[in-house]
Amino acid sequence: MIFLNVDNPSWMITPIIVPLTAGLLCFLFQRKTFAIALSAVLVNLLAACFLIGQLLTCGPMRYSMGGWQAPLGITLRTDGPAVLMLLMTGVTGFAITLYARGYFSFRIDDPGGTDRHQQQQRYFWPLWLLLLAGLNGLFLSNDIFNLYITLEIIGISAASLAALSGKPAARLASFRYLLSSLLGSLTFLLGIVFLYKSCGLLDLDLLRNLTENGPGVRAALALMSVGLLLKTALVPMHFWLPPAHANALAPVSAILSALVIKGSFYLLFRLWFEVFASSITTEALNVMGGLGAGAILWGAIQAMRQHRLKLMVAYSTVSQLGYLFVAFPLSRAADNAQVWSIVIFMAMAHACAKSAMFMSAGTIFLHFGHDRIQDLTGVRASLPITVLAYGIAGVTLMGLPPSGAFIAKWLLLSWALASCQWWWVLVIIAGSAMAMIYVFRVISRFIVIPEGFSSQKLEFHSRLLEWPALALALISLLLGLVAPWLLHILAKGSIDLTQILPGGLP
Amino acid sequence: MPKTRNRHKRLDGFQRLFLLLVVCLITLLGCILSTIPNSAPGLADAVARLQERSGVKSPVTAVLLNFRAYDTMLEVVVLLLAVIGSWSLTKSPLPEQDTDISPVQMGVVRLLAPVMCLVAAYLVWQGSHLAGGAFQGGAILGAAGVLILVSDFPWIRTIPALPLRIGLVLGPLFFVGIALCCLFFTGKLLGYPEGTAGWLILLIEAACALSIGITLASLFAGGRPDNTMKKIQPPAKHPPGKSL
Amino acid sequence: MITTLLYSMTGLILFGMGLFTLIVHSHPLRKILAVNVMSTGVFLILIATAYTPLGQGEVDPVPHAMVLTGIVVSVSVTALALILACRVQETSNLDLLKKKTVPETAKESTT
Repeated sequence: MIFLNVDNPSWMITPIIVPLTAGLLCFLFQRKTFAIALSAVLVNLLAACFLIGQLLTCGPMRYSMGGWQAPLGITLRTDGPAVLMLLMTGVTGFAITLYARGYFSFRIDDPGGTDRHQQQQRYFWPLWLLLLAGLNGLFLSNDIFNLYITLEIIGISAASLAALSGKPAARLASFRYLLSSLLGSLTFLLGIVFLYKSCGLLDLDLLRNLTENGPGVRAALALMSVGLLLKTALVPMHFWLPPAHANALAPVSAILSALVIKGSFYLLFRLWFEVFASSITTEALNVMGGLGAGAILWGAIQAMRQHRLKLMVAYSTVSQLGYLFVAFPLSRAADNAQVWSIVIFMAMAHACAKSAMFMSAGTIFLHFGHDRIQDLTGVRASLPITVLAYGIAGVTLMGLPPSGAFIAKWLLLSWALASCQWWWVLVIIAGSAMAMIYVFRVISRFIVIPEGFSSQKLEFHSRLLEWPALALALISLLLGLVAPWLLHILAKGSIDLTQILPGGLP
Repeated sequence: MPKTRNRHKRLDGFQRLFLLLVVCLITLLGCILSTIPNSAPGLADAVARLQERSGVKSPVTAVLLNFRAYDTMLEVVVLLLAVIGSWSLTKSPLPEQDTDISPVQMGVVRLLAPVMCLVAAYLVWQGSHLAGGAFQGGAILGAAGVLILVSDFPWIRTIPALPLRIGLVLGPLFFVGIALCCLFFTGKLLGYPEGTAGWLILLIEAACALSIGITLASLFAGGRPDNTMKKIQPPAKHPPGKSL
Repeated sequence: MITTLLYSMTGLILFGMGLFTLIVHSHPLRKILAVNVMSTGVFLILIATAYTPLGQGEVDPVPHAMVLTGIVVSVSVTALALILACRVQETSNLDLLKKKTVPETAKESTT
């Protein structure tokens, strides 16, 4: 069996094809959907681990779809950042799948439950699996038009998932989300048109090797960046995010906040620092950094002002995204692997922590029927594990050691000081301090048990509602301890990438 | 014809500012677009060079279903996703009661629908050498479906959900299945074995056209089929409002 | 050359018109139509890039394929957005439910 060799690049397609097929089957059968979904995410996780092993032994790889080579055909490729994003998606996706099972069975078993919950579960699985396939396709794709299609898959499934809860507010938020995402992808497509008109190429590696960067290429990059920023919800364009994330079902909020946002950000970062690195100016980087700083502060201020738990967590996403953008102006001096290290650490830590937070918030909402922060006193007595998960995830958001976010912030601070850009230091420290405030404001409510407080007895309790969140929170906390290993993967990926690249147009 | 409310409304300050911004943006983009030299080689030569090996004569079909078939596979999934999304939102607002169908309409539909199916099949078949293909055929099939839907045949409401889902998934699933078979036989995903490309493309196109037709008709129906709960008859449920 | 430019500029203007309407108007149907106009504009520019004067080499089929893909994506998103808008409208304006009307008329723009 020649294609079962470890060094066969065909393994790369597993994380795309398996969730895709599983999603189609889930829609077709509508029975045993959890079994199909669980096996798909398990295979996806194993495939991500396998691809990391493959990267470490064989170096970055590329795969031509149908055997047609790059200028015309579509290529996929694995490198350090791509496999780590796959790992992030695999781990988070696995935990979210388990949690979603607990969440839906809790609601379906609820005596007051209606047929609605059954319907929600029925359509959740295919949408989620197809979204997973789209995300994996985005991380692996090396063709700009193919990236547009994966963005559309992600956008449509994410908007449908956001509307799944059926509340009028969720529907309205999802409609806005769909339109914003559509505007973003149309702008991205216009950028592709400009790019194709000026270069006549779609493959990212070939585009990268182009020396000519005229106004057409720069306009294309600007258009694509604006489209992706809208999808990533950087601050002036974040208006759609908090309502869409806060009103969705808890597993959906976790998916949207942890994974969907990262997809478009990953693409943006790849375009700026790998493909069009030669056309980037310092001013543009500073603009991105400034917007990021605005996002950190504005998101944190809004998060502190919220009265509802899920809205607070959603605004904290707006704030945490800012750190990813502050990395832009600081990455100028660094080499390729270092540039990615901050972003990857931040993205992975945030994905695990934020999904853990949304899961905890969802569990609390399920058991208490509301998420008003004021009235959530003494939750610890009823749901100790959930509160623990929430607290640990909060530690990551604050950026305390040994979390992955600590490593990212440490790198950011040291680069800012090394390149004499001290103002970013102030922003980062202020953002972390405010994160501390909005995390502790909630935790203190959860933990303090006032006198004469009688804890509510919870009749039904599913372990799947609590343990996945705790596991994710612990992963985000301990991510800093495996930092050298992750850096090794990144370095391995990018060093070989420079050697394997073709030296110019065919 | 009711008057639109904001027909006579003046633009306020923000809107004027935004209009100015958009005009500036478009002018800028227009200037850039006109300065791009038309010298980019494009991929026409690459397609022309490899046309022989693609198994079809039409270059667009060759690009869609051979050179960049992976894009098309994902795009068929996008269409299906829209259906899944719409089914997750609502039940199809088809009328509950039987309505009288005028004999003229019935006759027209009975005459047109088979012809449209025939045209769709022809379009799919001629896609290999001329303009045409799965999407064009699927669009005609979808139009036939819409025609049947608007004429309120009573049997529309009793279409069981499972065959409908099979029809919807058939195209994408068949596409993925062929892709995996190619992986097994040639070691490349969507790398058709030598000499079979033409037939495989035709098969994929036929399956996709069928699915696309059903997809478009289902999107028009606007929700999931509602025959799971036929026993509970809600008293005189009105379909939702028209004006958005 | 002038032909390409004409089509491209028309496409850009359509894009701008759609953008303006999308941001300024609050009506959901207008927003959806605006997005459709925008995508038509993008497709127009894309198809214009494939233009070559007669006898000067092959016509580039890749933009054609891209436009075809784009149209399909646009149709599906439009349909989903329309259904979503119907649901939003129906849950936010309960009094509209009293009028018996058929919601399908809006969907004809997709097909």
